[in-house]
Amino acid sequence: MSDVRARVEQVYREDSRRILATLIRLLGDFDLAEEALHEAFFVAVERWQRDGVPDSPRAWLVSTGRFKAIDVLRRRARFKASQPLLLAQLEELEQTDWSGEDVEDDRLRLIFTCCHPALAADAQVPLTLREVCDLSTEEIARAFLSAPAAIAQRIVRAKAKIRDAKIPYQVPSLSELPERLDSVLRVIYLVFNEGYSASMGAELTRVDLTREAIRLGRLLMELLPEPEVMGLLALMLLHESRRSARSSPSGELILLDDQDRSRWDAALIAEGGALVERALTTRRFGPYCLQAAIAAVHAEAPSAAETDWQQIVGLYDVLLRAVPSPVIELNRAVAVAKRDGALAGLTLIEEILDRGELQDYHLAHSARAEFCRQLGRAEEARAAYLRALELTRQEPERRFIQGRLSELD
Amino acid sequence: MKYLCLVYSDERLLHTLPDSPEDAECWAYAESIQGSGRMVAAEALESVQTATTVRMRNGKLSITDGPFAETKEQLAGFYLIDAKDLNEAIQVAGNIPAARVGCVEVRPVRQLNV
Repeated sequence: MSDVRARVEQVYREDSRRILATLIRLLGDFDLAEEALHEAFFVAVERWQRDGVPDSPRAWLVSTGRFKAIDVLRRRARFKASQPLLLAQLEELEQTDWSGEDVEDDRLRLIFTCCHPALAADAQVPLTLREVCDLSTEEIARAFLSAPAAIAQRIVRAKAKIRDAKIPYQVPSLSELPERLDSVLRVIYLVFNEGYSASMGAELTRVDLTREAIRLGRLLMELLPEPEVMGLLALMLLHESRRSARSSPSGELILLDDQDRSRWDAALIAEGGALVERALTTRRFGPYCLQAAIAAVHAEAPSAAETDWQQIVGLYDVLLRAVPSPVIELNRAVAVAKRDGALAGLTLIEEILDRGELQDYHLAHSARAEFCRQLGRAEEARAAYLRALELTRQEPERRFIQGRLSELD
Repeated sequence: MKYLCLVYSDERLLHTLPDSPEDAECWAYAESIQGSGRMVAAEALESVQTATTVRMRNGKLSITDGPFAETKEQLAGFYLIDAKDLNEAIQVAGNIPAARVGCVEVRPVRQLNV
């Protein structure tokens, strides 16, 4: 008996998202699909004990969920006999010929639907984590330091829009793909970044979100191996490879230069590096591939001093042409400083700040402070560190800047 | 499913920007939507300066000059279309020539509960 229960739990863990994705396609309704999914698993516990575990548990669960949904719609239709839409939905569902095919496509459909640009940007991430990753509303709220009620409300609104505005449950056509894929990649990268460098609070990394983002990246890679998908997955793997080296046991921030590279995860670096190469050979690479390529150059350097800064500056040049952005300019300035010295970097950063850009970005001021410090311009360094301190809310970064400030005294 | 595509633009600029569409182009686009079988209705509107707002309060009709709300962009026209889903509606809306100089709000039509 407990064997069957364990088997049901295993199927839930491994396959519930696939089954949900298929039920959403069949039912065209997220809430109805979730209800049907849970009813199907509920029935499975009893039925599989009596009749044995079916050959294809997944097909059995989809089929059972579909019948449960038909029951639900019939009950609703009895109470609201005048609802023509409900009856049409029921009829359509009864006639749908369900076969076990297309199940992988269903998961891809689910990702594209949850990341549809017509949904509010702040709803795409929680909806994806809820529906594709099966995180609870409470888990999502904790990860993003928001109230569960606020997260739940965003998810409810998004689902209502999917239903009422009829956002289709499909993988976009080839002509729409680049733009729609961007939106999916952006959501995954947001999840990763939120986990990797929490924007505020005491913890430097939130492992769960980085793990979920990488899982999503792998899933997308399996379903749609486009160059930018490879690029994003590679970028996340290469960042993740440094996770245990980027903070001390007491939670202090350790800069790239000072990290113990023996603590970098070689397996993740190898996997990320291979993906970067594969993506670059397609010649259809974009910003994620280029950022991953930069991360790979860092990962391959045996020490900070032996980093190929020339190549990194070159990659930043290409990246800047693809997506002009002051943040990328800032990163390029840091690489130029490594190659040509602090003064060259400082000049570039001052150009950006003089244009009025990145004034409120703490990393621009801390980089400026760092270069001034290296050039022995202590007063300017102090002013810039103080400005950076005002702008950063993340505890480990604040302590790092305070440490630098006390060194200046 | 029906969608109403509301075309908004700053009407002082609608016809004067380098990307502004000529009437002939707008007409041709409407014809192409008609040809695809997705057209229910479409019209361009006169300027908001010609707008009149009416309200019925306590059985009394109130009439005022001007649009319901003063906004930076004004309603310049609309398409009422039949589309399979929001993606198809977005395709139709995005290619409305005036979308190059203004914007198009896409709203699903609600079935009345009767």
